Amino acid sequence: MVEPVLKIRDLSVSFAAGDQQLAAVSNVSFDLNEEECLGIVGESGSGKSQTFLAALGLLARNGRATGSVLYRGQEILNAPRHELDELRGNRLGMVFQDALSGLTPTMRIGQQLAESAERHLGMSPAEARARALEMLEIVSIPDPAQRLNAYPFELSGGMRQRVMIALAMICKPDVLIADEPTTALDVTVQAQILRLLDGLKRHTKTSVVMITHDLAVVAGLCDRILIMYGGRPVELGATAEIFSGPLHPYTAGLLRSMPTLSIDPEVDLPAIPGQPPDISQLPAGCAFAERCERASDRCLREDPLLTARTNARSVACHFPLDGN
Amino acid sequence: MFTLRRLAIALPTLFIIATASFFLMRAAPGGPFDAEADLEPAVLENIRAAYDLDKPLLEQYWIYLTNALSGDFGPSLVYKDFGVNELIAIGLPISAKLGLLAMIVALLLGGLCGIIAALRQNGIIDHIIMALAMTGIAIPSFVTAPILVLFFGLYLKLLPVAGWNDGAPANMVLPIIALALPQIAIIARLMRGGMLEVLQSNFVRTARAKGLRESHVILRHVMQTAAIPLVGYLGPALAGIMTGSLVIELIFNLPGVGRYFVQGALNRDYPLVMGVVVIYGALIIALNLLSDLAYAALDPRVRRGYR
Ligand SMILES: Nc1ncnc2c1ncn2[C@@H]1O[C@H](COP(=O)(O)OP(=O)(O)O)[C@@H](O)[C@H]1O
Ligand code: SF4
Ligand SMILES: [Mg+2]
Repeated sequence: MVEPVLKIRDLSVSFAAGDQQLAAVSNVSFDLNEEECLGIVGESGSGKSQTFLAALGLLARNGRATGSVLYRGQEILNAPRHELDELRGNRLGMVFQDALSGLTPTMRIGQQLAESAERHLGMSPAEARARALEMLEIVSIPDPAQRLNAYPFELSGGMRQRVMIALAMICKPDVLIADEPTTALDVTVQAQILRLLDGLKRHTKTSVVMITHDLAVVAGLCDRILIMYGGRPVELGATAEIFSGPLHPYTAGLLRSMPTLSIDPEVDLPAIPGQPPDISQLPAGCAFAERCERASDRCLREDPLLTARTNARSVACHFPLDGN
Repeated sequence: MFTLRRLAIALPTLFIIATASFFLMRAAPGGPFDAEADLEPAVLENIRAAYDLDKPLLEQYWIYLTNALSGDFGPSLVYKDFGVNELIAIGLPISAKLGLLAMIVALLLGGLCGIIAALRQNGIIDHIIMALAMTGIAIPSFVTAPILVLFFGLYLKLLPVAGWNDGAPANMVLPIIALALPQIAIIARLMRGGMLEVLQSNFVRTARAKGLRESHVILRHVMQTAAIPLVGYLGPALAGIMTGSLVIELIFNLPGVGRYFVQGALNRDYPLVMGVVVIYGALIIALNLLSDLAYAALDPRVRRGYR
């Protein structure tokens, strides 16, 4: 069997807040396979971003991560800065949600792209600039030669997100982590960016992690999906199987609240009742119990762990649905 | 655009400064020739007439204003045989040299301390720097100056206690330090604050996600933005150094504008005081304009007219 590109085991992230430790991510384990697209789906605050920021060593100062993250067999979780710097931006690219605040306001686009190429590809400034231009063409930015000299605030939101993608892809990474790349954009631009990512995925060997709170985004794009809730992984499986037969009650709720073409837009979608959990006071048992129709005493006592149902599907639930 | 607007209000501002200082000076009790107590009343009258002091106040104001507009601040009433313009021409280069050097020292040292404190946030070095900065802000320079003199001048005998000595570097060290210290402290705090804010911004995370070395991240992605709050403080800093120099020049017995100003004020040397006030006002306005230009250099949004 081929080794996965990323192998994440028992990854937990906590933040110090006063004298409390907030458990933002708890015992997340999954693999990212070669040339695969994996969707990470969950409500805002479910720990999606912190999982990958921890993996890349980018947590805020008050954050701590435990567990293991193997990149092609090499431990990178809490690795020394110089080891991380060889991989970040080079083998592991990341696109952040807000491209306006995510690009340095005082630096021209071309320079921000070129410095990565100089750093990792050993290019001269002239070669790096040519590579930057090439990347702007690849992500379909009009007038790329002129845009090299633009500052981030001179570009539209969609253009900035394209620049972010160009930044993450400039060294042809093995892994592209796209953290809600379309959330800040309006609907038509969202679709364009998703098409761009889909095209990049097809034409490169890069494995893609697509982080989103929107199941519709991953539906056409991803091979597999990991659903997260309250910092925990709750369901993992092939996209088609999850859509056709969710095992976890939370996944089922997400699917029910997803708009489809066949549903009359006048009819209110059944949103999952209740609120996402507050990570400062997580319950002892299942984090979803408060909102779950199937909850029983056992759910309140025992936290269900992610366990494999078949070799391709896992679920963290004491009373899963039958999957049909 | 911004700069043009600033330029347009500069002249009215100067006019108000000149007017206010004229009437405030005249409202103060006493007169320029009080020290020469045993003058005969007739002689005193002659002297007063020679300086137009016998004319009505508003007429004097008019004479003063029209002369000032043509760049002539009139004769000094105390330094006889000297025009105010001459005194300023003698004193200003010395004061400017001291002020400029103090400003440069404050920016370099304050900036450096702020950067180091931010990079070691909540560490022991940060706490030491910030404690020193607090003291630096709290203690005025007329207190630090004598302490510096006592320690480096009298105890260690490393540096001259006072005097200008034709601008010998050794004579400038203590005045510059005394002038710069409060500014170093304020600039260090500003720079630290700017750095800390920028360090947790999203674009710094992006820069780190690119695998850039931390030194590169700081120099290329953090510093320029972190220094922007400093630029807004350049004007006040210079004003602080210029007012500080009034006292410092007196303490160190330096022949700068500040000493003339203090002596002029004590002796009711009206033209001298007003000349210095107007020149200092003009300088501060001009330096504020310069700091606008510095803004544009640091922030591309300003440069390209977006803000
Ligand atoms: N620096 C921090 N200090 C304390 N809590 C944090 C910090 N950063 C993130 N969190 C918390 O961690 C949880 C997970 O956040 P995140 O992974 O960003 O969620 P999302 O799934 O929306 O990406 C949230 O509850 C968030 O408030
Ligand atoms: S463990 Fe219990 S509460 Fe949690 S999702 Fe399953 S059935 Fe619902
Ligand atoms: Mg997020």
